Amino acid sequence: MEIEQEYLTFILDDEEFGVDILCVQEIRVWSSVTELPNKPDYIKGVINLRGIIIPIIDLRERFGAQPLKYNEQTVTIILKSQNEDNPMVVGIVVDAVSEVYKFDTASIKKHPEFGHKIDRCFIQGLASIEEKLIILLDSKALLNQEELYSA
Amino acid sequence: MSVDLSQFIPSFLEESFEGLELMESSLLNLEQGDDETINSIFRAAHSIKGGAGTFGFEKVTEFTHLVETLLDEMRDGRREIQQNDVELLLQSVDCMRLLIEGIRDEVECEDIKIDETSNLLAITLSNNSDASSIVEDNHGDQTSIENENENENEKSKWHIEFIPEHHLVQTGNDPLLLFSALTEFGELEVVANTKDLPSLTDIHSEELYLTWQLTLISSSVTEEDIREVFEWVEDECLLNIKQEKISENLPDQIVDNQNVSPSIQTKDNGNKSLECDLEVDVHSNNTSPVKTASQQNNDKPTVKAKPDVGSIRVGVDKVDSLINLVGELVITQSMLSELGNNFDLSKTERLTSGLEQLLQNTKELQESVMRIRMLPISFAFNRFPRLIHDMSLRTGKEIELILKGEQTELDKTVMEQIGDPLIHLVRNAADHGIESADIRVANGKPEKGTIILDAYHQGGNIVIEIIDDGGGIDRQAVFNKALEKGIIDENTTLSDSQIFDLIFEPGFSTAVEVSDISGRGVGMDVVKKNIQSLGGRIQVESQPNKGSTFKVYLPLTLAILDGQLVKVGTETYIIPLITIVESLQAKPELINRVSGDMILYRLREDNVPVIPICNLFNIEAECHEVENALLVVVEADGQKVGLMVDDLLAQQQVVIKSLKDNYQQVDGISGATILGDGSVAMILDVVGMIDMAMNNTDQIQLRRINKNNILEGVTL
Repeated sequence: MEIEQEYLTFILDDEEFGVDILCVQEIRVWSSVTELPNKPDYIKGVINLRGIIIPIIDLRERFGAQPLKYNEQTVTIILKSQNEDNPMVVGIVVDAVSEVYKFDTASIKKHPEFGHKIDRCFIQGLASIEEKLIILLDSKALLNQEELYSA
Repeated sequence: MSVDLSQFIPSFLEESFEGLELMESSLLNLEQGDDETINSIFRAAHSIKGGAGTFGFEKVTEFTHLVETLLDEMRDGRREIQQNDVELLLQSVDCMRLLIEGIRDEVECEDIKIDETSNLLAITLSNNSDASSIVEDNHGDQTSIENENENENEKSKWHIEFIPEHHLVQTGNDPLLLFSALTEFGELEVVANTKDLPSLTDIHSEELYLTWQLTLISSSVTEEDIREVFEWVEDECLLNIKQEKISENLPDQIVDNQNVSPSIQTKDNGNKSLECDLEVDVHSNNTSPVKTASQQNNDKPTVKAKPDVGSIRVGVDKVDSLINLVGELVITQSMLSELGNNFDLSKTERLTSGLEQLLQNTKELQESVMRIRMLPISFAFNRFPRLIHDMSLRTGKEIELILKGEQTELDKTVMEQIGDPLIHLVRNAADHGIESADIRVANGKPEKGTIILDAYHQGGNIVIEIIDDGGGIDRQAVFNKALEKGIIDENTTLSDSQIFDLIFEPGFSTAVEVSDISGRGVGMDVVKKNIQSLGGRIQVESQPNKGSTFKVYLPLTLAILDGQLVKVGTETYIIPLITIVESLQAKPELINRVSGDMILYRLREDNVPVIPICNLFNIEAECHEVENALLVVVEADGQKVGLMVDDLLAQQQVVIKSLKDNYQQVDGISGATILGDGSVAMILDVVGMIDMAMNNTDQIQLRRINKNNILEGVTL
């Protein structure tokens, strides 16, 4: 039986990444944040999203790439964990959002064990569509405070 | 029709804890011949038993039945109310609480204490079985039929619940005939239940509205015999037949799942609307004691399987006022939106007044909502009579507890967290504070010690006082102990209050002997820490031979804070107003630089270290020089520091939001809030900032020492 899962893809440093669309709460344009003192660079700060305080993370910097100057294409994807025991909301800053694709889970390949600068725990697998290779991120790891804020 | 009963379990638990609380406090006040109190204890036990039976919690039913039987004997005057019986009942209340907590946490409760207590209960009951043969049945509810009213051991007791359909009499059946048929088997007791009786105007003359509880005592009858009597009406009634052997104290429970709920049993007289009023009244007084009850057993290492989400019972008046306010808010909103539809300048005045109204409404709404979280402090206080009662038994001291200001309201969260520190303080007062009777008499004091718990409002704070008339804190002993522990050195001169503050140091106890109640020196520091984490503080006053007073200052609520907004660079921070001593502009002549980076500012007699917020948080700021900079002098933990800021903005109330929900704790920040423009501002954690600054200077000094060493190495 084929199980299809939808992914929202976004551009980050000329590569296309995908996250499980069920974890995406909304997409916002970049808005100014309140800085948190003495925190790593990739944590941009916090914003007020309808009364909830949400940390904003620059995924480029989190994955070790050079930061890009924010422009009007820069968006913040608000992710919300599906796990009810550990509710967590976080905003990730990406270069631009791209598409929504459907992949069946069988077609997702394991990612190679080497040669990627991104912490391996964040990668769920690779999927190809229209000659493109999309790196699928593991939403569970991404929405885990210990993993996400460990660097 | 089957109803999923499990959805009612939480309310059963809540009601049971409430009932237990009531039983406990009533037992402590129980005096000979006090029918009202013993009745209320009995009713509480009975409700718990009924509820437990409905849900099939047999252990609770069994145990409570024993308790109930004992109470029943007391109620009917068949048993004298003796102190050791009361002790036994108190112990039983503990066991019932254990059992019910077991249900809540979904664990099997296998406590030896429960078995012991139920054995004790059984023994107590059997000692009195001769006296229990007199039955006086004047209660129209189920309780009456559960009386032990026989002492002939071979006979069986049958409980028959007979609930006929309304049209039973129309088919030519007469309940009376059925009952008289039953009397042929043995002694029959009939109790009619009239709770389904409609008002006179609604009564249909040919319908039957009564139900019956029958108790048949007979030596020969079998269930078949009884069923046979009812054979003709079998299809037109609900029949419940249960047997009870009188020789044993087997618990029994007649439960019809569709009919019996804990509340029904206590209200069989009086009309419906009156009952509603009563209930509302009870609710507003007994708001959610679940937590309090569960905390009472904190010294037992029970693993809480489920996180307690907690619930609040709110008085109807509070909800009504909320609804009113929301109604007004809606009216204001529609007024404003209508105004906005075709707005021109001539309507400015109406707009202003509309906005003012909105402001008023929001304020009132905010206050009302906050009031919902407020509970009278009696919830924290009402465990103390029992505590003192137990402690006087254990220590052999006679102690009187006086509670004052029990109606003072306090935020639920604060209340929950203040419980344990208060227990500790009261225990201390009873154990260390109050002297034993002979010493008291020798010192010319009444034999009976007194502990007063008082709560009142003072400014935006609530103050809880724990006053004892004991021996007071031994200044010299504290001093010596501190010396011994190396907290102070011999030449230090300390004021009284400084000495008394020493008792909050970790590992500090002046009790010569460690008792099982207190004196291990763990505690006072924890007490202080707990109170501080609530944003409060504690103060001690003590006079030798007169007693000690502990004053706990707590904020009214944890959700809202009075703050001073300050600006550093582009960021706005909030300093809790309660920590601020004063704000001033630094005069250059009062600034001292010590050991390089440390800046001290002379504030009258004090030298206050200056912490530039921009350095601490590594952010950009307009002013880097201390000279003429704005300093906000704050005090925390008895330590004053000057926070250097760029600008002072407004003072306002802010709603505290946690950073931990979606992120983690940030050093120097206690939380965040949302300002009027929708942006987020950080609330400063003064204690944390002082710690950070201390660590920083330590590190800087360490670096300097290392550097010096290297330099020395070079010169050598």
